[in-house]
Amino acid sequence: MKLIISPSPHIHSGDSIEKNMYGVLVALAPAWIVSLVYFGLGALIVTLLSVLSCVLFEYLIQRFLLKGKTTIGDGSAILTGTLLAFNLPSNLPAWIILIGALVAIGIGKMSFGGLGNNIFNPALVGRVFLLISFPAPMTDWPEPGFFPPTYTDAVTGATTLEMIKGHFGDLPAYSALLSGKIGGSLGEVSAIALLIGLIYMLWRKIITWHIPLSVIATVALFTGIMHGVDPALYAHPALHVLSGGLLLGAIFMATDYVTSPMTGKGMIIYGTGIGIITVVIRLFGAYPEGLSFAILIMNAFTPLINRYVKPERFKN
Amino acid sequence: MDFILPAVLSLGLISIISAIVLYIVSKKFEVREDPRIAEIQAILPAANCGGCGYPGCSGFAAACVAASSLDGLLCPVGGAATMTRLAGILGKTVERSDPRIAVLHCNGRCEKRPRLNRYDGLSVCAAASLLYGGETGCSYGCLGMGDCVAVCNFNAIRIHPETLLPEIDEARCTACGACAKACPKQLIRMLKKGPDSHRVYVACMNKEKGAVARKACAAACIACSKCVKICVSQAITLENNLARIDEEKCILCGQCVAECPTSAIVEHIKNKIESC
Amino acid sequence: MLKTFHIGGIHPPECKLSAGGKPVVLPVPGQVVIPLSQHAGAPAKLLVAKGDEVRTGMLIAEASGFISARIHSSVSGVVSKIDDVADAGGYRKQAVVIDVKDDVWEDAILREGQTLPTDDLPAEEIIERIKKAGIVGLGGAMFPTHVKLTPPPGCKADVLIINGAECEPYLTADHALMLEKSEEILTGVRLLMQACQVERACIGIENNKRDAIEKLSALAPHYPGVEIVPLKVCYPQGGEKQLIDAITGRRVASGALPISEGAIVDNIGTVFAVYEAIVRNKPLIERVVSVTGKQIKNPCNLRVRIGTPVRHLIEYAGGLPEDTGKIIGGGPMMGRALINADIPVTKGTSGILLIASQEAQRQSSRNCIRCAKCVAICCMGLEPNYLMNISEFKQWELMKKNRVMDCIECGSCSYTCPAHRPILDHIRMGKNEVRKQEARNA
Repeated sequence: MKLIISPSPHIHSGDSIEKNMYGVLVALAPAWIVSLVYFGLGALIVTLLSVLSCVLFEYLIQRFLLKGKTTIGDGSAILTGTLLAFNLPSNLPAWIILIGALVAIGIGKMSFGGLGNNIFNPALVGRVFLLISFPAPMTDWPEPGFFPPTYTDAVTGATTLEMIKGHFGDLPAYSALLSGKIGGSLGEVSAIALLIGLIYMLWRKIITWHIPLSVIATVALFTGIMHGVDPALYAHPALHVLSGGLLLGAIFMATDYVTSPMTGKGMIIYGTGIGIITVVIRLFGAYPEGLSFAILIMNAFTPLINRYVKPERFKN
Repeated sequence: MDFILPAVLSLGLISIISAIVLYIVSKKFEVREDPRIAEIQAILPAANCGGCGYPGCSGFAAACVAASSLDGLLCPVGGAATMTRLAGILGKTVERSDPRIAVLHCNGRCEKRPRLNRYDGLSVCAAASLLYGGETGCSYGCLGMGDCVAVCNFNAIRIHPETLLPEIDEARCTACGACAKACPKQLIRMLKKGPDSHRVYVACMNKEKGAVARKACAAACIACSKCVKICVSQAITLENNLARIDEEKCILCGQCVAECPTSAIVEHIKNKIESC
Repeated sequence: MLKTFHIGGIHPPECKLSAGGKPVVLPVPGQVVIPLSQHAGAPAKLLVAKGDEVRTGMLIAEASGFISARIHSSVSGVVSKIDDVADAGGYRKQAVVIDVKDDVWEDAILREGQTLPTDDLPAEEIIERIKKAGIVGLGGAMFPTHVKLTPPPGCKADVLIINGAECEPYLTADHALMLEKSEEILTGVRLLMQACQVERACIGIENNKRDAIEKLSALAPHYPGVEIVPLKVCYPQGGEKQLIDAITGRRVASGALPISEGAIVDNIGTVFAVYEAIVRNKPLIERVVSVTGKQIKNPCNLRVRIGTPVRHLIEYAGGLPEDTGKIIGGGPMMGRALINADIPVTKGTSGILLIASQEAQRQSSRNCIRCAKCVAICCMGLEPNYLMNISEFKQWELMKKNRVMDCIECGSCSYTCPAHRPILDHIRMGKNEVRKQEARNA
């Protein structure tokens, strides 16, 4: 028997990359179930296709291009695939999804050196690439149904934000926004399901409150001021918070470990930045939704924030 | 047509202003440098290994130009040939020095030095040696995690897969000394390469008493002083339970190698280790 | 609201398997090995030679400088050899090996029940006796206690803090001592207060030791100025700087000693040793050690003579289990894995912990996912992940700038890291390089 010698500490918390990644997936489950209910077959196909292609591309790139170990088991590719799918309409043609997955994994993640080294959130890189390349199919939202057996043949309509922007149609009731019976990307529709995910992740200590709270609070505050200035032109803050991808983004996309700051203070600066940019794009920009761009822009600032915002030292 | 003229004019104006600014800046901040520095740098190996003791080849070139004589200045990588060319450029003379080479002073291969523990920390010698003497009973011997391999700029060191000790490639080693600095146990020293790579040295650093050293490693120097007695040129002395061979006095007769009971003294003949 | 320190901290499973057991006196072994370097500072200077007869409590090595400590024989018998003996890490250092014969104590040492009068002892006298008894910090750092009690000129302590936190998982030696020797400890605290001339002393105890808190709180009113402060269970509550922060709210600056904030911190074991030295004239020759681990048959607290090989303690507790991966001297977070079971118990050994090979084995390190958990739990407010990254590129200067020297090596970062990165190993290496550089510049 050879005794092991090593420096302290001699015990470990048992936490692992897998536990965190699969933990986020569990937190995403309620929103996914809601999307299955409202978008039926389309949601199922888009999610499966996105996840499988992300995992496959990661495997192929690691195995044949980098000729190294594959790490598809760590759950990060599955998570990227799920988040990408959650940001797509459920009637998106398969070939576009494949392109999105390739961009997300290939350019968003592996070109930087894989998990932990990427600067931008890979799922959002994929999503924004698709949004700019294929604006029509990417903004063609299916109407919610009850387990509709439709995929690309789904009936489409406008989203809440488009209605706000274009000043047309009847805005949906808050009950629809909470439950998710509205048009939109497949994972973003139900506020309640996403909040359940948030509570789960906070409880499991996967993420901290800093980023989601600062994003949501900033958006509420900023839109609240604008609403106060001119209620006819600017929608109610609650509508802004509950609609579009705001909750999905604030809870699941902005909190991505790799691309968000390391300190509590830094996270609040980052979250506030996301909130401000989102509202500016929503209210004054050409796109109805600006969260994806806001997160990517703040991702780029993360190294800078890490450099200048240091944790509270024990004593200066 | 009327939009072409303003475009051409404005772009032209911008480029003229930029050119003026660039000219002024380059004149104002011009750094005058002795042209010989660049000339010398061109003949240096450009390895930037720091073996000369200066920060990179440019630092060494500047030092050579500034120095009144080349005594004590040596590019270990380029060796005598480079130094002679360098001296030619500067119009100075250079003293000849014997070529040196990195030599590992530990022969504790796997079979000779049983492993008693298993180290499971950061696989860096500098980190391991902070808390532990090593996996074997010898706290002076090679840890085998390759800090020397990591710092070698010339790919001259590898960890031999069977002995688990670093192996130095005669052809590639430039005696820059980076490995010697990196080794936390100070096991690598720059020795004279010797005629036809023929050299004799004590491949052990264990300062324990003979019995203790022998128990930890079958190839340890046990300070029996047999080598001291047999040496015809009085080149060997015992210090701290360790035999030491004076390079200047040693005549490479190889008597001590045959006499050493633990094969701690190693005779190196043309890239082939004879002893053990 | 329980008091606690204010930055970071973790909650490892407590695993106090040996809690509640009274310290059992371990029979004196046949041979002891007493290293001459059992304290921070210079090794002690040998006073005996091979063949000399020694008695229990006899001085065998004299302090060799200001920061050094005396060493006494913990047994009676014959010095069988003076030799270099492997320490916990395998580096060989000078030690005295004594073959035990009977157990004859020095006459000056009073036995259980007898006491010397202690009222109105001048501070200098108390410190002198502590110095003579060879007392060092028994928490693990082994800093000579008399040095701590002699503040540098211009500094004055106003509070004495006694560390009864015992925040390391598994360890229960201080807990057992607090329960068994409550009055002696409180008397010891009073003596230390006299020695450093302070009016206030706080004994900080983590709230998982309710019985000790209750027992000491009931007795404390008889000892003026002594407060019992229950603390939140959080690692590293017992870290010197953390404990001062928790109890007084003062924060000791980078590189400064507790005295700069008017505090002196001593461990429970040290306080008891001080009591014994002054009231019973007994030098530091034994200590309480927890012998524990999930595999061990009878986890227990033993009163052990210094120099007893660890093997004896393990045998008493039920023998070395088959699949032991590590024997740790100290706790699981900051203790040191021993190279074998023949390593002797020293003044700083607070516990012997056995860990099964499965648990002892580290998992392979993966890419940092920048989850920021290490930053959140670092009790000194550092960025462990960043320090590790720059250590990999040998950026020692940058590490120094990012306050690597503040690190107290509590191990929380490596413990927490989901990617199993050896963060603390890298930080330690960086600290060593910075220290080397400072020495070179000096």
